[in-house]
Amino acid sequence: MDKYIKTPITAEVTEDLRAGDYVYITGTVYVARDAAHKRLVEALEKTEREFYAERFLSKTDGLQQSEQEKLQQRLRETLPFPIVDSVLYYMGPSPAREGRPIGSAGPTTASRMDRYAPRLLDLGQKAMIGKGKRTKEVIDGIIRNQAVYFAAVGGAGALLSKCIKKSETICYEDLGAEAVLKLEVDHFPVIVVIDREGNNLYETAAKEYEKGK
Amino acid sequence: MIRSVSIGIITDNIREMCIEANHCLSKDMEQSLKEAVSREESPLGRKILGQLQENLQIAEKERIPICQDTGMAVIFVEIGQDVHFEGGLLEDAIHEGVRLGYEEGFLRKSVVEDPIFRKNTRDNTPAVIHYTLTAGDKVKLTLAPKGFGSENMSRVFMLKPADGIEGVKNAILTAVKDAGPNACPPMVVGVGIGGTFEKCALLAKKALTRPVDERASVPYVKELELEMLGRINMLGIGPGGLGGTVTALAVNINTYPTHIAGLPVAVNICCHVNRHVTREL
Repeated sequence: MDKYIKTPITAEVTEDLRAGDYVYITGTVYVARDAAHKRLVEALEKTEREFYAERFLSKTDGLQQSEQEKLQQRLRETLPFPIVDSVLYYMGPSPAREGRPIGSAGPTTASRMDRYAPRLLDLGQKAMIGKGKRTKEVIDGIIRNQAVYFAAVGGAGALLSKCIKKSETICYEDLGAEAVLKLEVDHFPVIVVIDREGNNLYETAAKEYEKGK
Repeated sequence: MIRSVSIGIITDNIREMCIEANHCLSKDMEQSLKEAVSREESPLGRKILGQLQENLQIAEKERIPICQDTGMAVIFVEIGQDVHFEGGLLEDAIHEGVRLGYEEGFLRKSVVEDPIFRKNTRDNTPAVIHYTLTAGDKVKLTLAPKGFGSENMSRVFMLKPADGIEGVKNAILTAVKDAGPNACPPMVVGVGIGGTFEKCALLAKKALTRPVDERASVPYVKELELEMLGRINMLGIGPGGLGGTVTALAVNINTYPTHIAGLPVAVNICCHVNRHVTREL
């Protein structure tokens, strides 16, 4: 089914999305891939260490509910963009020609971000755009946080770039093609692969067309 | 007679080939993607195949790379042994061509200088270069920018002679199944059988540069290519891995003599953006 959604992606939005839906996204999308994810999560770990050190506690000590919330808030503030209800696109574009917002801009393989994704989902990130399989830990994180995993068509970077109206580097410029970007997209086409109930299109669709089982 | 070739010519050609390969797919690949639509049973699969064609048109017309992963430049250099290079080192000339091509063509710089410390070299060098010596006085350059979505899903299997052709078939199916949606299907599957550990990998890589509509000349290898294409397309993976009957566009297999104790098999997977350009100078 074709659906049209706007960012931010709230729990009300993901409630209506099912694996197999064809979705057009309009609004703000943040971009990060391997090296940026590594830095984001390192920054979170540093904040967490500081939080415990300030209280003369170690990570194995339990935190009270109010302290736990304070820590979550500090972690969110550590990140260079508002993480709650955000969409993260796993992508590293080619350079923009003059007068264009961006170069070729298709998805990269999501599994390389699997190690970092649950952490960001637990802080409130609601949607990921990439391509390829995810681990059980990520799928559990999707279910736990009422999030969603979208696939964009891999290798269609020229076509997808036409839906990107604005691109701005917000941090880690030294990473070149791996810097964190803020994009404004208009009717960016994606497919729901894993919905918030854990239904996985990669598994169900391949079975449907498998022959001579 | 010795023929002199100025290395400046090599640089110019490599530069142009980097830009050409990343904006225009070869005719055989373009045709094959077009024909795939009629074989695809899934409506979503057909829609994706349609988008891939539209993507190719936009890339060529508006000069946007077909895929943002403009690859690590793999270059096969076949040098006639009557050629003498003038004006510097051939290897430097090739890297310079890559550097200029990736800069002037607005191509992504995806190479890091150390596999562990991972600092981007910012000009997509070095390239991966394979030299061979041939008869005559010509230089043949084949440039194949390789994206890593599919490269990461490639495998080498050191089978036993007793595994035979069935073992080879299983190896190919295993690699393709494991790759699934990660390798951006519909894919092209390059296979090397025989040689040594590194030789079979090189055979597989070279197989990807053969036109997808050209079958192997050895009768049993040709049959194997056709059988494996049929079986891969029965896996159900489909375009984008979202289900369907077009999972691969071609299986290209190269073979080489091997040792009495071994049966090496390499499966080098390439996405539908199987880029390769050849020029003879």
